[in-house]
Amino acid sequence: MSKRSIIPIGPYHALQEEPEFFKLHVEGEKVVGLDIELGYNHRGIEKLSESKHYDQTVFLVERICGICSTSHPIACVQAIEDAGDIEVPERALYIRSIIGELERIHSHMLWLGLAGHFLGFNTVWMWAWRHREEVLNVFELITGNRNHYAMMKAGGVRRDIKAEDIPTIKKMVADLKAPLTLFKKTVADDPVIQARTKGVGVLSAQQVIDYAALGPTARASGVKIDVRRDHPHAAYGLVDWDVITAQNGDVFDKAVVRILEMFESIRIIEQCLDKLKTVTGSVDSNPKEVKPGEGVGLYEAPRGEVFHYIRSDGTNRPARHKVRAPSFMNVITDREAVIGHTVADATIILAAVDPCYCCTERMAAVDVYSGRRVFTAADMIKCSQQKTAELRKKLGAHGPKLNIA
Amino acid sequence: MDYTTLLLQFVFFPGFLFTAVVGLVTSWIDRKVTARVQMRVGPPFLQPFYDIIKLMFKETIIPSGSPRLLFLSAPLLGLSGATLASFILWRILLNPGQSFMGDLIVLLYLLTLPAVAAILGSFASQNPLASLGGSREMKLIIAYELPFVLALLVPIIKAQSMRLGEILAFGSLLPSASGVLALIVSILCMQAKLTLVPFDLPEAETELTGGAFIEYSGPPLGLFKLTKAMMLFILPMFLVCVFWGGIHFAGGWNSMLLGFLKYIALIVIIVLIRNTAPRVRIDQAVTFFWGPVTGMSVIAILLAFWGW
Repeated sequence: MSKRSIIPIGPYHALQEEPEFFKLHVEGEKVVGLDIELGYNHRGIEKLSESKHYDQTVFLVERICGICSTSHPIACVQAIEDAGDIEVPERALYIRSIIGELERIHSHMLWLGLAGHFLGFNTVWMWAWRHREEVLNVFELITGNRNHYAMMKAGGVRRDIKAEDIPTIKKMVADLKAPLTLFKKTVADDPVIQARTKGVGVLSAQQVIDYAALGPTARASGVKIDVRRDHPHAAYGLVDWDVITAQNGDVFDKAVVRILEMFESIRIIEQCLDKLKTVTGSVDSNPKEVKPGEGVGLYEAPRGEVFHYIRSDGTNRPARHKVRAPSFMNVITDREAVIGHTVADATIILAAVDPCYCCTERMAAVDVYSGRRVFTAADMIKCSQQKTAELRKKLGAHGPKLNIA
Repeated sequence: MDYTTLLLQFVFFPGFLFTAVVGLVTSWIDRKVTARVQMRVGPPFLQPFYDIIKLMFKETIIPSGSPRLLFLSAPLLGLSGATLASFILWRILLNPGQSFMGDLIVLLYLLTLPAVAAILGSFASQNPLASLGGSREMKLIIAYELPFVLALLVPIIKAQSMRLGEILAFGSLLPSASGVLALIVSILCMQAKLTLVPFDLPEAETELTGGAFIEYSGPPLGLFKLTKAMMLFILPMFLVCVFWGGIHFAGGWNSMLLGFLKYIALIVIIVLIRNTAPRVRIDQAVTFFWGPVTGMSVIAILLAFWGW
């Protein structure tokens, strides 16, 4: 039995540019344990949101994450619309889907580049990010912004897509197919990529359900969940597209699912653009107030389901705003996926869920004088479980029974 | 020849200064071509020189608890190994009469020194990531040295000599099947010796954040980087000499240009390999070198015996 040592990834890893801390317990090069520590970058978005009025809230959640910068707003405006029974014009729904799918393409390309970088394949990294710029050009054309698009508002979208721009946008989107096909072929043909990713970081369908993993992480393991299909919103119920799944749940399948999803996104965008030619009218219902009530907004972000809950008390700002981003569910699956693999594989396995730490921050209790944490992750879980038990006792409920096939 | 001349040769031409300058220029070519392949602009011509000079004026931080002497002497060991290898190689190349019995074996050992220095430095760093890098480097040496030595047997069999001068005089092995196979094997081994993708496991920026060199800073790091740049010049040159007839300075400009083009061809191959593959795992690297690559070198030796 060899000696155990700890390989730290974080708290400020040179490559995973966000503050997170993975402690790999290793024997030689083999990983035998994993501690995940988050909470280095807590910003108190939910509390902040309660002090903003509904228009500002949308801008605030847009800044939760720079990559999913339209997923959070879409979920948020849907929660507000749900709470206040606000109607949305059909044309706005198509525009929401177009922006959402463009974001999926740029996010998946960003991941693809990073995955290449983690594997030491820097050419893929540079090429993927080079072609991602073309997606950002489309954003700039439609919204005027390359990253934070500021398109969503309760009751519609802020900007219409002009009829004369549609052919240009269509061409720009169609031009993305060539590089995407190239990446598809590279991943499918390169023997070294396959040797490095096939059978690595496998997550079984059962583990996906147990950990409630979401998005491409779940779909790569053959669990066919997609909020766009399961709870149709925006224009996803109005156009024709497929949920991409794969069976093996390894890093390779996660890459394949993401690449094929980009082609589906292009399909959705093209159909939505066609619909914009016939569906006319306003893109904003201009709601004047949000009635008291509760609302839930779901959106399939590039990483999986993002959830927003808003309770309105009839004033112009949310009484409670709750956000749950998909990485929060996906990052913990690393604990299953990484054990038994080498340090060499650990980096790509940790990256395979496309983690986005800024969305997963919850809370950190730190003693400011010593800089030490007052509560550890285990303490937090204990607190959370106690609270749940108390609530259950109070309500007499036993919790929901899930049955996902 | 008196010792002063020898020392001057060692320091200036064809020793340290010459190797360092050509090595840094080669590393610029590598960086520039890589950048163009990756649709980037790439660094200006003098960038490798700036990098080394800048590091020379930076602070040297020695990790507490690490053996000072070993930590600081490791980069010097690597640098002197590379310099000496280049010195011997170029002296013979300029004047094949200076070849001595078994110089090929001496070169073989000297070319391993930079890797050994990296291992020593990594274990002196007292860092878990560095020691992982060091252990990977060690496994990698064990993996690639066997096929590399086997491939070198081919020119020895062909030229019926262990002297580099006579191998040079024998000329290029290339059209022959055994020569081509041996060159392919040694190019793969060279990629691993240079620790470039797909065999950059000891450094593995994204896994070990620099691995063996993680604790190094300032001049010692500069010396390691310089050694690496020099190896980028020496190793391809060594392969050109052993398998491809070398450079003939007696034959006028044309033959010198031809020799130079051979060297550039090898550099291009190195850069292309490094930009079209992801990094392999250490177990995959060992399997690769001990399996197919060793097999290829054995076939090359058999072919050489049968005169192909």
